Amino acid sequence: MSDFDDELDASGLNCPLPILRAKKALNGMDAGKVLHIIATDPGSVKDFEAFAKQTGNELLESTEEGGKFHFYMKKV
Amino acid sequence: MDEKKLAIIATKGTLDWAYPPYILASTAAALGYEVEIFFTFYGLQLVRKDLSGLKVSPLGNPGMPMKMPFGPEWFKNINWNIPNIIQAGIPGYENVATALMKKTIGNNGVATIPDLRDLCLEAEVKFIACQMTVDLFGFEHSDFIDDIEYAGAASFFDFAGESDICLYI
Repeated sequence: MSDFDDELDASGLNCPLPILRAKKALNGMDAGKVLHIIATDPGSVKDFEAFAKQTGNELLESTEEGGKFHFYMKKV
Repeated sequence: MDEKKLAIIATKGTLDWAYPPYILASTAAALGYEVEIFFTFYGLQLVRKDLSGLKVSPLGNPGMPMKMPFGPEWFKNINWNIPNIIQAGIPGYENVATALMKKTIGNNGVATIPDLRDLCLEAEVKFIACQMTVDLFGFEHSDFIDDIEYAGAASFFDFAGESDICLYI
């Protein structure tokens, strides 16, 4: 997946910082826009699923590549 | 969707125990919760203007691994099993343990307590300090950050009684 509107690199950050940074980034975006988040915290895979479920934002895709986790989150 | 509510009582005043209330409060706020933290007894240390007094002690805490945050991998993997009587007897042991913990926190990309506290305040987490323990410990309101209210147990229940989650930490 390559279409996104904003990007957040949360590499090296640990819980709960990737979620908090993502929330902040989404706050500054319009509904329907997509945020690409890059993280290295293995816990973030479950956490972004939980974040999407509870906030209503849509997790379009969650992948891992070479130790990095990529999330595509569509703002509700 | 109605806003959910999280109420936390923070009662511990050490560097390690500063994390649970601030991590949970900031994360809940990011998930859309309305959050209130009631700081009482040693938890008041977490809302002082100056947080440099927060320390961690491995003394009497067999659950705390004592590992070095620097050096080669084999060295970092050693768990320094130092007897309590030595920990208690060496002046400055707590300061050394605290410095090592702060280094470990930085190495692991974990937020600092001042950062997490700021994130909570930015997310409009409401802070309440227990006036009774402020008096009991001889603190002044000027010792604490400005973004805080002073109240008692009845005020806590006003919010906690309507909360979805209530934690005592």
